[in-house]
Amino acid sequence: MGRKLDPSKKEKRGPGRKARKQRGAEVELARFLPPEAESGRKKLSSHARRRAAKRRLGAAGRTAPGGGRRPAAKEQGDSQEGSPIKAVGQDPQRQSGFKDDNAKWLTPAKGKKSLSKRTSVELSSNGEVEEDSWEMEEEEQEDGSSEELMDDYGASSSDEEELLPIEKAALKQKADEDLSEDDSEEDEVAEETSRQKTGQKEKEDAELQLNLEIDEEFKLPTDEQIEKETAEPPDLHVIHQRIKSNMEVLQDFGVKREEGRTRQEYLALLRRDMAAYYSYSDFLLKMLMDIFPLPELINFLEANEVPRPVTIRTNTLKTRRRDLAQALINRGVNLDPLGKWSKTGLVIYDSSVPIGATPEYLAGHYMLQGASSLLPVMALAPQENERILDMCCAPGGKTSYIAQLMKNTGMILANDSNAERLRSVVGNLHRLGVTNAVVSNCDGRQFPKVLGGFDRVLLDAPCSGTGVISKDPAIKTNKDEKDILRCAHLQKELLLSAIDSVNATSETGGYVVYCTCSITVEENEWVVDYALKKRNVRLVATGLDFGKEGFTRFKDRRFHPSLKSTRRFYPHTHNMDGFFIAKLKKFSNAIPKTQKDEEPAVEAAKPSTGPETVMEPQAKKKKLESSKIAQEQKKPQPALKKRHSLQEQRRPLKAVRPSPHKSYAQVPNRKKHKVKQNGQ
Amino acid sequence: MGTHRSEQCRALTASEDGSDVTFSCSIGENIQLLVDRPDGTYCFRLHRDRVYYVSEKLLKGAASIPRDSLVALGTCFGKFTKTQKFRLSVTALDFLAPYAKYKVWVKPGSEQSFLYGNHVLKSGLGRITENTAQYQGVVVYSMADIPLGFGVAAKSTQDCRKVDPMAIVVFHQADVGEYVRSEDTLT
Repeated sequence: MGRKLDPSKKEKRGPGRKARKQRGAEVELARFLPPEAESGRKKLSSHARRRAAKRRLGAAGRTAPGGGRRPAAKEQGDSQEGSPIKAVGQDPQRQSGFKDDNAKWLTPAKGKKSLSKRTSVELSSNGEVEEDSWEMEEEEQEDGSSEELMDDYGASSSDEEELLPIEKAALKQKADEDLSEDDSEEDEVAEETSRQKTGQKEKEDAELQLNLEIDEEFKLPTDEQIEKETAEPPDLHVIHQRIKSNMEVLQDFGVKREEGRTRQEYLALLRRDMAAYYSYSDFLLKMLMDIFPLPELINFLEANEVPRPVTIRTNTLKTRRRDLAQALINRGVNLDPLGKWSKTGLVIYDSSVPIGATPEYLAGHYMLQGASSLLPVMALAPQENERILDMCCAPGGKTSYIAQLMKNTGMILANDSNAERLRSVVGNLHRLGVTNAVVSNCDGRQFPKVLGGFDRVLLDAPCSGTGVISKDPAIKTNKDEKDILRCAHLQKELLLSAIDSVNATSETGGYVVYCTCSITVEENEWVVDYALKKRNVRLVATGLDFGKEGFTRFKDRRFHPSLKSTRRFYPHTHNMDGFFIAKLKKFSNAIPKTQKDEEPAVEAAKPSTGPETVMEPQAKKKKLESSKIAQEQKKPQPALKKRHSLQEQRRPLKAVRPSPHKSYAQVPNRKKHKVKQNGQ
Repeated sequence: MGTHRSEQCRALTASEDGSDVTFSCSIGENIQLLVDRPDGTYCFRLHRDRVYYVSEKLLKGAASIPRDSLVALGTCFGKFTKTQKFRLSVTALDFLAPYAKYKVWVKPGSEQSFLYGNHVLKSGLGRITENTAQYQGVVVYSMADIPLGFGVAAKSTQDCRKVDPMAIVVFHQADVGEYVRSEDTLT
């Protein structure tokens, strides 16, 4: 509807005889005549017309809008409060929307929710808030309305006026509710757990000024309450609130604690509640509480309830990311590049076709893969014409990524011990057009006997899967200490085999990347630390500039300081599956013997950044003289030349000692011969 | 592995080469092009009744893997059935498609149908190379020139023009949908 300029209705303004005269007439008329005379306006009902007229009336003698915030100025009853609210002065006339006798029971729809609080308003009852906003709206409306009607062109903001003030109030309240829902929950939570509804009211009355601070204490449930709760089915809402209030107490323990109760009791209660609310076993929760500080723990648990976004990796052997994105968008897929750290990843927001069955998928243009699975291959950085071993390759996502980075040159040995899962490896490799792969079905620990001398090895070890709980919620309950230790044991064996399969003298390589999709320290830092002690390897930077650093100490364990270069990824911080990545460089093909003399040899290889002090923790255990010799021989250097010299110097030391492991007896000799040739 | 044959992963004997009828039919004399490639010699190896296409370098690298543990080498082109017939598998598509002499383009509407394993009807036929003989091995493409699979022409090009829309014009042999449908049998 267009606003038409009606010259006959043009109001004269300014000082002058005519302005005075006609102005009065306009005002008189506007007061009583229906606004439909002005074109472009919606036809108001009689109800609305009366209200509009009253508004105009009141506009003259109105006081400042500050009065709207008066606490007592309530005409509308809050049905939940149940307390009658007094009206003051002009209010009954203003609240023309509701007749006085309907005030008690007639509330706008949004009033049912009891949770809305506006932090800017002093009061805490939602009915009052809503009225306030409504009143304010009205006041604004009133103040503005006279001017609007006075507008010469009839071009008041007709669009806005279409919304009745009550609708505006409703919108505003809705916005407020969304904002303050959390606030109000926290406020309510800081009560005794047994009393919810009544407590809320009491609290609201008590806390006029402080929405955010909690005056009432969170009290630990008494024994009777605990018994009562175990007898009944768990009330998740109560538990959730109790978790929140418990956390708040623990964060500010000195102030908020209950007298005579220890921190342990609070922690125990928290653990029990979280186990019940998120369905975790107690063991797993204990472990998580050791790894994460409390606020992060809640984030982690929440993140595990939600699946991670679907991501795909472009197969650069067959297409480019741009073209693939275009083709998928044409099919109706909503996607985005994964991030600036990846040139091949795409994240899928939603799709009208199944992503795993598009013709592009079948033609091998992309692979469905988690974002965190791209990281170990990026850390591995395979070069063309290298020999790579992927020890636990199923279902083949990382293997195919390696192949595409190598552009189908060189050789990849894709191994997995599970024959069933190898089928998907073969399928994926063929689909993606990988030609330089050989697929084998051996136990990873058989390497390097089967085949050794690789340039790089990727070990994506089988683990407990605590980082991918969002994919498999059964992990929450079916993992216990035995499982974790068993996994750790297997991982240690596999890592040692992987290290032995690498050729340290390779010109371009000599790297092992160890990764797991788990976040436990036993399977990650502990395993890497073990390998550092047992083999001539050292940790190097992964090349990934984001992610949390690995632990160098944990509970009673102390790890090598270079573990800082490993990376941890979490679902709640990076929005990808939990992951751990470590990159090791092998600097000598010789295998340190398990005798005590050998420890110093490993120490000598520590990164040059650490001075002698770094060596102290390990030096304590073993003989110091050998360590001094090792230190004199060389300073640890990452450069290739020094490595050779180290090996040459090392050889006299080792040649005398017999090898305890027969299986390795061949390998070091062979490699020593090789080294001789290289060195000379 | 049969007892009458040697057990190693080995080069195809002449008779087996000859039995790759569909193979040569599809790409004609261009087989030589597959063997002598600029980036090194490739060869075919037989392992557990399947024919693999590998480069010599890869072959040397994989030599020491025990037979029982070896699952796949390079690219699998097809397999020999129990009666010693050679069946071409879709995994060879990428290699054979560029050399194909006879091609068939399928309309977008019946792409999905072919990918489910159905034959191509006249109504779904987009284009077909001239002079395609009947029962000739062909490579099936989508209109966007993405190779979809292999087939056998049920009718020569001339006959295709004359036949009614519901008649089959290409028999389905292998399609990329098998990667999803029958992943297990690819190995």
